[in-house]
Amino acid sequence: MTVVSLQKVDKTFGKGGVTALQGIDLEIGEREFVSLIGPSGCGKSTLLRIVGDLIQPTSGDVVVNGKSARQAREDRDYGIVFQDAVLFDWRTVTKNIALPLEMLGWDRSRRSERVREMLRLVELDGFESHHPWQLSGGMQQRVSIARALSFSPPLLLMDEPFGALDEMTRERLNLELLRIWEALGSTIVFVTHSISEAVFLSTRVVVMSPRPGRITDVVEIDLAQPRSAETREHPRFFELVADVRHKLRGSDELLSEAELIVAEEGL
Amino acid sequence: MQPVPRGVFARRVGRGVRDWIPAVVVFLLGLALWEFGVKALDVQNFLLPPLSDILDALWNDRSGLVDAALFTFKEALGGFVVGSSAAIVVALVLARWRPLASAVMPYAIAANAIPIIAFAPITNNWFGLLSPWSKIVIAAILCFFPVLVNTLKGLTSVRPASIELMRSYAAGEVEIFRRVRVPTALPYVFSALKVATVLAMIGAIVGDYFGGSQDSLGIVIRRDAGIFAFEHAWAGIVIASMLGILFYAAVAILERLAMGWQPSARIE
Repeated sequence: MTVVSLQKVDKTFGKGGVTALQGIDLEIGEREFVSLIGPSGCGKSTLLRIVGDLIQPTSGDVVVNGKSARQAREDRDYGIVFQDAVLFDWRTVTKNIALPLEMLGWDRSRRSERVREMLRLVELDGFESHHPWQLSGGMQQRVSIARALSFSPPLLLMDEPFGALDEMTRERLNLELLRIWEALGSTIVFVTHSISEAVFLSTRVVVMSPRPGRITDVVEIDLAQPRSAETREHPRFFELVADVRHKLRGSDELLSEAELIVAEEGL
Repeated sequence: MQPVPRGVFARRVGRGVRDWIPAVVVFLLGLALWEFGVKALDVQNFLLPPLSDILDALWNDRSGLVDAALFTFKEALGGFVVGSSAAIVVALVLARWRPLASAVMPYAIAANAIPIIAFAPITNNWFGLLSPWSKIVIAAILCFFPVLVNTLKGLTSVRPASIELMRSYAAGEVEIFRRVRVPTALPYVFSALKVATVLAMIGAIVGDYFGGSQDSLGIVIRRDAGIFAFEHAWAGIVIASMLGILFYAAVAILERLAMGWQPSARIE
């Protein structure tokens, strides 16, 4: 079953302004892990927000979970994780994770049972009554993931969730995310600008290029599942990283060319 | 809640006391300097009486001063409550309908810069010289603008990602207000309320200076200074200062209670 279907999606900001996305066609199936990768300004975060109905496309069709993006949002069909954990300082870890459950009207005992499950899932048991500022950046992001998954949405949208973390924490959380993905069987759309992260995590990597933002390549990642720390040392991993890098470089050249034009116009 | 181990509380209090020692020493040194400096330098009574004379006057006038202080405190408190709550309501409305805010806020910010206390003689005309309402109104107007400007700033300084998160949960405007904007605004509101306690006291006392009930603290201070009873005028000033500090402290304690989650309010 198709979870996300985008057809001829365009997005222009402002009247006759910048074309952020042009002619985006993409189908994402159930249990897929799809990364969107590209240089800044390629519209990957915009595309993620269009799927989440947080930004409206200028034209084109967006179908999420078999319905309009808006209906999917109203039915809470997806959870979202941002680069910043976006936790509320006035809520404890428990209450941050329970926020979407409160809004869904779950009763207290059902909420606390689910929060306990989620804390175990992201390995944060014992931090129930901590406040966000008492946690490290990696722990905050784990709370944010627990919150996004607490109401078991079929789709998880992640916007550079590990972009602000150090390399060690990032690699550990990559493994944790894969474990969670396998355990819950959700579909993940993941925005990143780390090539190795995209290759390591994904079943498919969507390569985008800027000005206007569009999809230039899709790379199938045929690394064996489940993946582990050893996957990163597999020759096939390096081949795929090189392949994605090569395809990105094509779009990078376009980027520098576009920047040159802008600079010349500026003169 | 975990039970607090025996001795931890005592140690915490002990440490609290030790932290305060330098400030207490400075305070006592200041008082001593006042008392003995004034006598040693033979400072004229109308400039600054010795501390001991003021404390004597304070003790002798205590019942009259307490009555006057309570009268004026009621004016200040009334102005604080009326002005601050009106400001919070207006800020909520303006935060909800942003175009209205951009039409109105330049004037509110300009009004914030006006020395509103200058209107005190006029409010006496509007609400009656002897009526406490003329002072309540001036105190209320003084409190209104800083609370309005700060509350609105708090309500609108929510990170865009927080709003996106709430929208991803299909939250409407009301729910975003209740769960995100209001808690985000609380620190801004309380810092404005603390400033407002000071402004309300100024409004009430200066309002009294321009004429008011014989029972009010401002009138008592003005009268005593007028008849060269400077120790008594100073006793009134001391009472006014103590009231101001207590008022401020009360709001600071409320702030702690309302925002125990704040990093600055955390214990260890």
